[in-house]
Amino acid sequence: MYIKYKNMPAITQWASVVGKKESEGPLANFFGECCQDDYFGKETWEQAETEMQSRCIKQLLHKKKISTNDIKLFMGGDLCNQITSTAFAVRDFGFPFLGLYNACSTMAESIIISACMVDSGYAENSIAMASSHFCTAERQYRTPLDYGGKRTPTAQWTVTGCGSVLIEPVGKTAFIDAAQIGRVIDLGVTDTNNMGAAMAPAAADTIKNFLKNSNTKSDDYDLIVTGDLGAVGSGLLKELLEKENISLNNHFDCGLEIYSEEQNVQSGASGCGCSASVLTAKLLPEFEKEKLNNILFIATGALLSPSTSMQGESIPCIAHLVNIKSKKEVTK
Amino acid sequence: MDNKNYDELVKKFSPNSKILSNCLWAFFVGGSICTLGQLLTNIYMKNNFTISDAKLLSSVTLVGISAVLTALGWYRKIAKRAGAGTLVPITGFANAVVSPAIEFKSEGYITGVASKMFIIAGPVIVYGTVASVVYGVIYWLLGRF
Repeated sequence: MYIKYKNMPAITQWASVVGKKESEGPLANFFGECCQDDYFGKETWEQAETEMQSRCIKQLLHKKKISTNDIKLFMGGDLCNQITSTAFAVRDFGFPFLGLYNACSTMAESIIISACMVDSGYAENSIAMASSHFCTAERQYRTPLDYGGKRTPTAQWTVTGCGSVLIEPVGKTAFIDAAQIGRVIDLGVTDTNNMGAAMAPAAADTIKNFLKNSNTKSDDYDLIVTGDLGAVGSGLLKELLEKENISLNNHFDCGLEIYSEEQNVQSGASGCGCSASVLTAKLLPEFEKEKLNNILFIATGALLSPSTSMQGESIPCIAHLVNIKSKKEVTK
Repeated sequence: MDNKNYDELVKKFSPNSKILSNCLWAFFVGGSICTLGQLLTNIYMKNNFTISDAKLLSSVTLVGISAVLTALGWYRKIAKRAGAGTLVPITGFANAVVSPAIEFKSEGYITGVASKMFIIAGPVIVYGTVASVVYGVIYWLLGRF
């Protein structure tokens, strides 16, 4: 489904918090907060993720200089079962809350629906947020942290990170012009250690549909940003789009930006927090400087559970797209 | 694009594991653990234990070392490179039991530690026992003739 926002709601503020490994990567200086303790001062990994989200919300409110009561709506999610990390974080703030889950595409999903609520006038403002924590994800989807195993070359590393944005009707820097809600695509990939390959067809489908609906070309954009396809998925995405006669010369994958090669993360990064933290730490500040004026932000998600993969099911995937423009681009 | 064509494309884009270096790591680390086991057996035998007691004590010592290394977070760092070299020896089995026990402590001693302790090692115990029964039956049958 293609959405053209009538009043172009604005992203007026953003915040990000990441963990230790992320703070040792190339984007270290861009994040709002880098916590050196992956427990975030708490006792369990689930509490740690909740605390990381709380800090991200507080950072957003602090940067915007508004109080908790000024927030009219909150949308977001994470990778934990029943998206508990987010619900527990929001518990302490008292925001009206819509919990969302579309795996690692949750950030784009939250932005799309928040923008709809603000654009239509139902909400004066809305926070969109997504988070993931390596340790909560690992113990839920894979093996215990201290279990000694070898990772395959196609595996990806779940980001410990959180990103949030505030969406309001009027703003100065970044505007949400259009969006494409993706379809669930499944080309039969069953390897849970190759998420990039599973998700690439969903990203290709959403990009193709958006370009057709918006009547634009891939070269019209400064960047085409994907969430967490990693090295394998990025290569496949280019190949798939090439077959549709769409060239991807300005591609940027968040999953290939967070960690350096020396950090030994195989195919790259993944997790809701991957696209959320890179969007809020690296990309949105570039709109402020007008270095970026028109981007497509496509967050990709693998909609599996440990049970479905143990039952031999393939991995259905989804990608949602948001078109973000600068003031310069909007007034052109 | 259908699933079959995409599967071929995925194979083309997905790098393979580095078999040679993985095998060398596994061989040398696994071999070192086994050599350590033999060394321990010899030491115990020198201290007047019978050969069967010495072998048992050697296994117990390796399990103990593995448990400590797992708790310190070092075992996974070695295993990240060693792969099958740390998985196959008895130390790997100890790691498979200790790591979930540590991980699920946050869910309590009964519903966490005790119930989750065998999530990885459980199948090894179950099918190991079944295989030994099958082996025993075959051995018994062969002895009849």
